[in-house]
Amino acid sequence: MIQFLFSRLASALFVIFGVTCLVFLLLHMVPGDPVEVMLGESSQPADREALRRALGLDQPLLTQFGQYLGNLAQLDLGKSLYSQRPIVDMLLERIPATAQLAVSALIVAVLIAFPLGVLAAVKKGSHWDQSAMGVSLIGVSIPNFLMGPILILVFSLWLGWFPVSGRDGFVSLVLPALTLGTAMAAILSRMVRATLLETLNEDYIRTARAKGLSERLVVWRHAMRNALLPVITLLGLQLGVLLGGAVITEVVFSWPGLGQLTIESIQRRDYPVVQACVLLISLTYVVVNTLTDLVYGWLDPRVRLEGGR
Amino acid sequence: MIRLWWPAAILLLWGCFALFGGLMGLAPNHIELPKILLEPGADAWLGYDDLGRPLWDRLVAGAQTSFIVAVVVVFLSAIIGTVIGVVSAYKGGWVDHLIVRIIDIFLAFPGILLAIALAGLLGPGINNVIIALSVVGWVGFARLARAQVLTIKHREHIQAAHSLGTRPTRIIIYHILPLIMAPLIVEATFAVAGAVISEAGLSFLGLGVQPPEASWGSMIRDGARYLLIAPHMVLVPGVMLMLVVLAVNLLGDQLRDRLDVHTRQREK
Repeated sequence: MIQFLFSRLASALFVIFGVTCLVFLLLHMVPGDPVEVMLGESSQPADREALRRALGLDQPLLTQFGQYLGNLAQLDLGKSLYSQRPIVDMLLERIPATAQLAVSALIVAVLIAFPLGVLAAVKKGSHWDQSAMGVSLIGVSIPNFLMGPILILVFSLWLGWFPVSGRDGFVSLVLPALTLGTAMAAILSRMVRATLLETLNEDYIRTARAKGLSERLVVWRHAMRNALLPVITLLGLQLGVLLGGAVITEVVFSWPGLGQLTIESIQRRDYPVVQACVLLISLTYVVVNTLTDLVYGWLDPRVRLEGGR
Repeated sequence: MIRLWWPAAILLLWGCFALFGGLMGLAPNHIELPKILLEPGADAWLGYDDLGRPLWDRLVAGAQTSFIVAVVVVFLSAIIGTVIGVVSAYKGGWVDHLIVRIIDIFLAFPGILLAIALAGLLGPGINNVIIALSVVGWVGFARLARAQVLTIKHREHIQAAHSLGTRPTRIIIYHILPLIMAPLIVEATFAVAGAVISEAGLSFLGLGVQPPEASWGSMIRDGARYLLIAPHMVLVPGVMLMLVVLAVNLLGDQLRDRLDVHTRQREK
């Protein structure tokens, strides 16, 4: 277990370092002079030089990267060009909204995907299975930015049940969580179905059936336990779809989270804020995935005995 | 079970829109002020948008955008990704180690986020959309190609070719690629669906094609402001987008079953 723990942590640290490198380089991919792009063509040369110095862009690349890492280690992400506020404060303000949306969407996804996937697997080949998988395929084919407006049209504008946008109490959470959650449920239900089907083919399931257990006990007590394990890892990986999708969903519903801040900052050409948002969202994903890996290894000895990849 | 004629018909329609849309004499940017937000009807076919532009014409123009982006992105990603993945697995050693690490780093960016950041920083325009999506897209192909090569690398016919002194490029092209084609083709099909959604997503966020050029994503974005009075502005491009993605996904499912990708992997 210790060896497994260390190998996973080491590869996570490497990925974190790589992600930080890439995010740092993002600013250098801006075509032309990033300072001119950020300040606009009519900006004063003196202002440009000041910003160039403030961002360290007058230094050699390696020095810049060293400074960037040094500042990161002190949780200093610099200041927003637009509001002149420390970027760390801006991020802290936005984290709760995104976390709330992501967790609610996850709950919605699990609540939809598990019954659907289990139903499809248990009644494999029946019209239950076919319609469940049909619904899931349609779900996969409706992107967030289409699902959101459709839900707004039906439930906010026609029925008037939920507000169109903003973050004001539980009612305002329902539609964004549904938009993001259904997208994830569509993918997740297929995975639940596939893993459960695989487990139902195992020998010990045949044994359980042979000794006369009811189908309900076989599925819920014997198969589900083992089918659930891979699904935990899948949930961790699906968090990526969730966090990426949250950016678009937040824009659709004017949900004041990190995703909205990312897009606003892109529009304002406030690139240091964009970098910080991308870094924070990606690192969250890496950390959560490493944690699910560790939990999985802890729950299932087969995983940790196989060792790292 | 699922009949294939309607997904095929939708994709044919999409391709025809894209390839021959220019010959249809459409005017996607022509503004007719009296027809602003006009609903679909006898004399308005699919209706008009908030600036009085015909939605049918814009739908066809949007098909061009999504088709070009999807085809070029999947083509680039598939070639770059496959080459990297095959070389990585074939060479092994530190090259493989390094490439696996790089793949891990790219996979650490959740979903569309890296494409959003890249497209945002590169600036709008169809070329930058293609660059951003290809930078993200190659990873899936590389991972798949690498895994496939690893499973067949030690087969006898490859070792035989090797001991006969065949050059590595020849071995890869004639002895390895044909064997790993099927899963890559399936992956490419699903990648088309992904690219269509991503292009529309970037355009929805205002990071895709520049106005007045049409994209289904930017049409949905424009329409979202007039949902109550003119829902057709969202529904027309939205339904088309959904149908194309659904058709591609169905085709991918069918291809996977026909080419027997799953069972073949399990046997090994």
